[in-house]
Amino acid sequence: MAHPKRKISKTRRDKRRTHYKAAIPNVVNCSNCGAPTLYHRVCSECGYYKGQLAIEPKVKG
Amino acid sequence: MRHGKKFNHLGRKSAHRKAMLANMACSLIEHKRIKTTLAKAKALRPYVEPMITRSKVNTTHNRRTVFSYLQNKEAVKELFDEIGGKVAARPGGYTRILRTGFRLGDAAEMCIIELVDYNETMGAKSTGAKKKRTRRSKAKAEDAPAADATETASDASTEAPAEGGES
Repeated sequence: MAHPKRKISKTRRDKRRTHYKAAIPNVVNCSNCGAPTLYHRVCSECGYYKGQLAIEPKVKG
Repeated sequence: MRHGKKFNHLGRKSAHRKAMLANMACSLIEHKRIKTTLAKAKALRPYVEPMITRSKVNTTHNRRTVFSYLQNKEAVKELFDEIGGKVAARPGGYTRILRTGFRLGDAAEMCIIELVDYNETMGAKSTGAKKKRTRRSKAKAEDAPAADATETASDASTEAPAEGGES
């Protein structure tokens, strides 16, 4: 079986990893309460989705 | 090879998956809204919707067919006695999946799957039958026969002189 002839140097390894990036989530403000939410998700603060109440929010006690 | 085998196995063998879907369907029928992962909700939807369609016609055969899947007589009773009447006017699409966020621990995408007719707040203003939409253009339909007519007319006019030339 074929094997690597040389160890990959730290520089070479790190250069490969420069393209490993975390994606930035597309955050918008909820149209009802203004809390930051993601698209196509129910607002976790107020339970609104597409401008309508979808899920009753939990009452914080 | 798994070519064309499209449905999600959910990391389970067939019997395990069927049992899980039956349990989830019973929970959905009992509670009208359940919280689960997006993958399971998407697998549940094509499983439970045909049963809800069957529940519109309350016959012994339909009850027994649904019971063979659910194995839960309380759920079958609830489905045929309560839900069947409530969804009678709806032509399919009885469930709604709303994404709610990501679970702590494994970051699985979570959602809520619910029966559309039991959510009082969502879509309340758009009640009643939706206006039937068609993507067929009326103008095109009218143009097409007219275009044919003109073509045939032009054909006839070109043919006529040619015939005249021969004779």
